[in-house]
Order: sequence, then structure tokens, then C-alpha cells
Amino acid sequence: MVRQEAMTEMTGRARVGTRARFGHPYARWRAWHRIAPRPVLLLASVLAVGVSAVPLVYLAVRTAEAGWPRIAAALRTPGLVELTLRSLALTAVVTAGCLVIGVGTALLVVRTDLPARRFFAVVAALPLAIPTYVAGYAWVSLVDNFHGFAAAAVVLILCCSPYVYLPTVAALTGADPATEETSRALGRGPWATFVGVTLRQIRPAITAGALLVALYVLSDFGAVAILRVNTFTLAIFTSFNLGFDRTGALVLATALVLLTMAILVGELLARRTNARYARVGSGVRRPPARIALGPWRPVAVVGVAAVALAALGLPAAAMARWFRVGVSRPGSLAEIAAAMGNTLSFSAAGAALTILLALPIGLLGARAPGRVAAVLDRLTYVTHALPGVVVGLSLVFFGINVAYPLYQTPWLLALAYAALFLPLGVGAVAGAAAQAPPGLEEAARSLGRGPLTVFRTITVPLTLPGIGAGAALVFLTCMKELPATLLLRPTGADTLATELWTHTSVAAYAAAAPYAALLVLLASVPTWLLAVRSGATGPAVLGGGS
Amino acid sequence: MTDLTVTGVHKHFWRRERGQGPVRALAGVDLTVPSGLLVAVLGPSGCGKTTLLRCIAGFERIDEGSIRLGERTVAGPGRHTPPHRRGCAIVPQEGALFPHLSVAGNVGYGLDRAARERGRVDEVLELVGLAGYGRRMPHELSGGQQQRVAVARALAPRPAIILLDEPFSALDAHLRAELRRDVRQALQEDGATAILVTHDQEEALSLADQVAVMRDGRVVQQGTPTEVYRTPADAWVGGFVGGAVLLSGSPSPTGARTVLGDLALRGAPPAAPALTVLVRPEQIAVGPPAPDAVPATVVALDFHGHDALLTLRLADQTTTVAARVLSSAGTPTVGDPVGLRVTGPASAWPA
Repeated sequence: MVRQEAMTEMTGRARVGTRARFGHPYARWRAWHRIAPRPVLLLASVLAVGVSAVPLVYLAVRTAEAGWPRIAAALRTPGLVELTLRSLALTAVVTAGCLVIGVGTALLVVRTDLPARRFFAVVAALPLAIPTYVAGYAWVSLVDNFHGFAAAAVVLILCCSPYVYLPTVAALTGADPATEETSRALGRGPWATFVGVTLRQIRPAITAGALLVALYVLSDFGAVAILRVNTFTLAIFTSFNLGFDRTGALVLATALVLLTMAILVGELLARRTNARYARVGSGVRRPPARIALGPWRPVAVVGVAAVALAALGLPAAAMARWFRVGVSRPGSLAEIAAAMGNTLSFSAAGAALTILLALPIGLLGARAPGRVAAVLDRLTYVTHALPGVVVGLSLVFFGINVAYPLYQTPWLLALAYAALFLPLGVGAVAGAAAQAPPGLEEAARSLGRGPLTVFRTITVPLTLPGIGAGAALVFLTCMKELPATLLLRPTGADTLATELWTHTSVAAYAAAAPYAALLVLLASVPTWLLAVRSGATGPAVLGGGS
Repeated sequence: MTDLTVTGVHKHFWRRERGQGPVRALAGVDLTVPSGLLVAVLGPSGCGKTTLLRCIAGFERIDEGSIRLGERTVAGPGRHTPPHRRGCAIVPQEGALFPHLSVAGNVGYGLDRAARERGRVDEVLELVGLAGYGRRMPHELSGGQQQRVAVARALAPRPAIILLDEPFSALDAHLRAELRRDVRQALQEDGATAILVTHDQEEALSLADQVAVMRDGRVVQQGTPTEVYRTPADAWVGGFVGGAVLLSGSPSPTGARTVLGDLALRGAPPAAPALTVLVRPEQIAVGPPAPDAVPATVVALDFHGHDALLTLRLADQTTTVAARVLSSAGTPTVGDPVGLRVTGPASAWPA
């Protein structure tokens, strides 16, 4: 901070004329530092990003190796166009559905006198705790003949609406009500104010949420596999599993990556035009005025409650129905314990590797911010956006052909987890590093403590909690990962997620129930944290002000 | 006892953008801080005062020159003593208390066990007026209290010098005055040597034993507050360290001839055909129009309660000057014709 200040203080001041200090002993060191402010950190960050990019790079290498004739043949398959259209259609339908439910619920909860809005504010975020394949399992196990496009769309909309809901709530609570009051004072009516001021303030958040949903749907494997909708992810998995058409799987994976990239580019463009709307000025923010729903109150309550019932009540009902039978099945407890053990150890390895790779990138971003650090940080998101099935597939080939000693070990799976979840770790490390700003370390140095003592007594105690929380978040996220785990787990080593998937695919719903319950339990921890942080339970929602 | 001596220090930064040359931050700074005194480094933002502080503390390497603490050269050609071996304790702008340590933990951070057991922590906490606060955590303190702890933390290990980096700028005005006094007293009672970096001339003049005025990476004048105010090194310093009326003039037998008449000068008049003459607003006495006074009209009045600042237009209709008068029943108001007299000597430099 202080260094930054000193730097900016200098900007714009007179330049040194002819006596530029190129002959000075520090000159070379300085010139290097200008490009790489922290050489060791930078090198480690590049290495880390390189490791996380292995799946993407190897996929490109293998696809290129297959040769153009075989790629062309695979592309000419009549099914490909249909596959693309179906995937895009599902993405569009689910995104639209999530927009309606997410934005609608957010507005009702933050800006109206909806009864029990504190309760609904939390409930609307909870579907995040239900992995899509658990939701798919719940619907299939309770509703007869629940298959196909519409079924998958319903399940995905219910699971993904929090991705729109949470950022919208955060934007609505963060928006300054004073701007709305100013608009009203300037003679705009309530509706014109809502469209012209409120909606424009929260539009970036809504857009970000919608793109998140689109990416999620494109990469989702669990729900479409269980509900038997042949989208890209399922087609890749099937084509790989059948074993006779590996080039086909690679080409499909590449096509899916290109689709994902297109959406990512769209996100970047949207981000550029939707510049963040900063709140100008300070002062204590008052809670916004709430709109009285009047006669529409019961309708709104019924609507919000129906969505909550479908998203949360139905999975709960499925588990309640099958759980007792599932647990009392002979041998089930030993099977669950084994799966739990595998899940814990694989996820621990994944979390450890992820944080290890995230440390240099996060520290670089916090301590030497600049274009290089920003680019490296962005690069971690590229693999993060890849569907798990693509990462898994690429690493299977990588393991067989390049890193055979790793193949069939948990470490290859850990690499997949690290590639998929690296941004979570980087965010945690960067946030933790902000807890120990350089100013504190400088103050400690000036009091006569050496660099190692300062690191031990100041830096570590201040950053450890944040990094630990990040590791826990990655750990929990790894536990519910399905497609990459299916492809990369050592033979015979089942996890909670794969057991649920296996049992569901043979309609053994009772046997699957304990796994579903455990997974929901695990997934609710990060969901709770997210709901708390995004302000869904913050004072603007919980506080009175009606 | 250790004096701090800064001699000819240069420091350059590289711009972050590609293709830009180095930026000069310090261009030959000379500064002496005698042991036991508080020296204020005063300058506008961007003059390099924070960089100077960071160079003394050892957070930045200097390009040229030397920094000596007593007989010890801590920075110079081929030498850079790391910050923790210099004994220059810093009090940052926002305090920068270690959030995970209690007040006592913060204050005792730079102490060895023996010093802690001798009760040095309580001693310095009492000095800054926070006796009994040892077990509080930093977040339980107000902004002013946090700054007091930061000062106590810096005092505790008895460093060779204490570096205060605009420590009062983030506080409310009424809190600031009280804290300044208390910090000054704590430093004096502990016999500490200190540098205070500030852009607030009132703070520098009222607090420091000596003031060093910085501009464009150089110390342009160092002296007692009275010296700097009464005999500024140049017109810029004169204007920066207080209210100033700058007039153009020419040499005359008694001093300098200006629109305010023939003014007596402090020292010999400079040998130049054209002069810049500085008069302080409180030197201009405002009375009723009189034949021996310079006629003027009041065009604006800033009322401060105990005194008032008048903006006056002279009879030539182009020159305006400022005068500070004690407020009384006879204070003129806007539109009044008045007569001006200059009391005491003015300063002058070649224009």
C-alpha cells in the first residue's frame, strides 16, 4: 500500500534528464524488477498456471494429433448439429428460467413486503447445496417416467437459480436508495425509476449470474446423465466409455470447449460494457423503501413457496422415503464408510494441491498487482470453466500416454480437482493476503524484527485463517465433483458421488439415498457461507424498514 | 546520543508503464535531525517526503548519497542496512496495529523479554495516556487511541529515531489537536528523536522543534518554526508555510518600493532591479482612511470569530491584498473604505 502510494505520488513528476541511471549497479536489477516485481513469486505463478492448464493443453495436442481427416469425419457426424442445438437449447431455457426465478425472488425478498421474507431469503439460496445429480436422482426416484429435455430443464432451473438470485440480492442491497429517491425527486414515477435507475444498477449482477448459469448448464453432467438428455457432456462420456471412438470423444470435447470459450468471451465483453456502478460518496446507507404488494401478497407467497418446495422439499422427500431402507440394506454401512474414506482422501489431496498452486498466484495478485498478475489470475478461470468431463477425459489420456506413474492414482484426480477449482483457492489466498498488508510487515521490521520472525509472528497468523477457509471450501467442492471423479478414480475406489451415480443408473434408489443425504450435508456448508457473504441474510433483508 | 544525517540522497522510481523513463523522487536531500528533537518534514503531496521517510527506514534503497545514524552509516554507496537493524521505528498513517495482538502485544512486539518484564510496556502506555488498556484488542479502540498505541509501540524499544508518517491526518480536527499535544509530550518525556512527515503547515509549525520544507525532492529550507515563517528562503516557501501577500516592487533607499508604500526589509535588499516582496497578512494594519495610509476598500471578509481575514482592493483597482485583524466592534465590513499601514519588516527576493 505505502509503496503503491509512493509510486503514484511520483507519477507525473519531472523525469530525470540525461543522467538516467543506466550505469548504476542497481540498474539491471531495477530493469528486471520493472517487468517482474517479484521474480520468485512470478515464476512460481507461471508454473502453477502451467500445471492447471495441463488438461486444456493436452486436449488440444491430442485433438491435433488425430489428424484433420479423422476430425473432419467426426465433425460430419449427423448427430453433432443436433447435439449442439440440444445443448444450446437446454442452456437457453435454463438460463431464462433462472433469470425469472432468481431476479423475481430477489426483488420480492429485498424490495417488497413479502411475508416471511427473511425465511425465503435464506431458502432461495439453499438449492446450491443440492448437486444437480442429487436433484436428478430425487426426481427420478419419486416421479415415474421423469426423463428427457423438459425434465432436465426443470431440475437444472431449480438447482441453478441461486446463481442469479445471490448476485442480484447483493446488488439490490448494495444499490444506493438515495439514487432512487433522487430520481423520484426529479419527477420520475415509481415504474420509470425502477426501470431507469434500479434495474440499470443491478444489470451487471444479473448478467454475471446468467452467464454463470449458462456455463454451468453446458458443463453439467450429473443431471443430464441421470435424466438421459443427450447433450455434449453425456455424449462425450458415452463415446469414451464405449471405447471404440476415442477420437470422437476428443473432437466432441474440443467442440464443447469452443462453445464454453464463446460464452466466456461473451462474459468478458459484457463485463467491459457493464462497467461497475460505484456508489459515489459515503455516508450511512439506509435500507430501501419496500413496495407494498397489496392484493398480490398471497400470490407472491404461493409462488415463492412452490419454487422452494420443488427445489428443496422434493429432494428432502425422496431422501426421507428411501433413506431408512437404504441404510438398513446389508453391507451398506461398510460400503458407505469405504466411499466416505475415498472421498475424504481424494478431496484432501485435491485441496492440498489446489492451495499449493493457488499460493503464488494469489500472493502475486495481492502483493504485486499489475497486468501480468491479472492475466495469470484470468488464466486460472479458463480451466475452471471447462466441463469436468472434459478435464477428466483429457487427463485420462494424459495419464495413459504421458504420466503413466500417475495414472490410476489419486494424484491425477487431485490434478483434475486443482484444474477445476483453482480460482476458489486463488481468491481465498488473495483475500487472506489482504489481511496482512505490507504496511504491517514494514512496521514490524522497523521495530527490529528480522524477515523470518515477521513472517512467523505477523504474516502467518494473519493469513492462515483465510487460507484455511479457502482450503476447506475447495475440499468440500471436490467432495461432490462427479464426472472427473468417475473418469479418473483408481479402479474400484468409489466415492460418495460415484456410488450415488452408479446406484441411480441401475434404479437402486434406496441404496443411493444415504449418499444423496451425505452429499447434501457436505454441500450445504459452502452454500451457507456464500449466502451469508452475499448479503442474503444481511441487514438490508433482515432489517425492518417496511 | 545519535543524530540523523541525510546527505545528498537521490532516489528514482521506474514507471510501471513500458517505455517511460525513471521518475525522480528525491533529488539530493540534505537533512539533519539533532538528537532529542522533533523535526517536521513539510511539503505538498508529491514532494517526496514519504519516500524520504521510507529511505530512512530502509524500505527503499537509495541511489546516491548517504544516511547516517550517529557514527553508523546505514545507507550509502554499496551499503544498505536492512530495516530491522536500523532502529528506525515507524508510525504509519493508519497506525497499522497488528490486528491479532492485544494492545500490550503490539507495544511489546519490538521488546525483548527482559524489557517486557521490566514493565516497559506499561511505562510507554502511560506516556501516551492509555494506562490500563493493555488487554484490549485494536478493533476495540477508537482511531485516536489506535494512533496512541502505534506511537507507544514505536517508543517502546527506544529506537534511534521515530518516523511519524502523517499520523494525524486520518483523524477529526478536534481529536487531532489533542493527540498532537499528547504525542509531542510523550516524545519529549521519553527523550525520543523523531521525524514528522506532514503536509499541514499549521501542524508542522506548532509541533516541531525544527521544520524542513521539501519541494521537488529537495529540502529547500530547514530551521526553527519561527525562522522558517519569518525568514523564508524564497517566495514559494513563504507562501507555503503561511498566509502571504506577494507584491512586486523595486529597491529603494529604505528598503523596497511597493503599492503598499516604502517597506522596510529584513536584512539588506537583494541587488536586483525587480523584487518579489512578501508581507504577512497580520503585518497589515487596517484603520480609517488617513493621509499617510494606503487607501483601500474591503471587498470580502472571512470571519473566524477571534479574528477575521479581510480581502482589500487598493486604489489602483487591480491589486488585492489580505489582512488579518483581531475582531472587535470596529472591524470594517464589506464596502468600507480603509487605510492600510504595514508594520514590521518585509522579506524580498529578486523577482
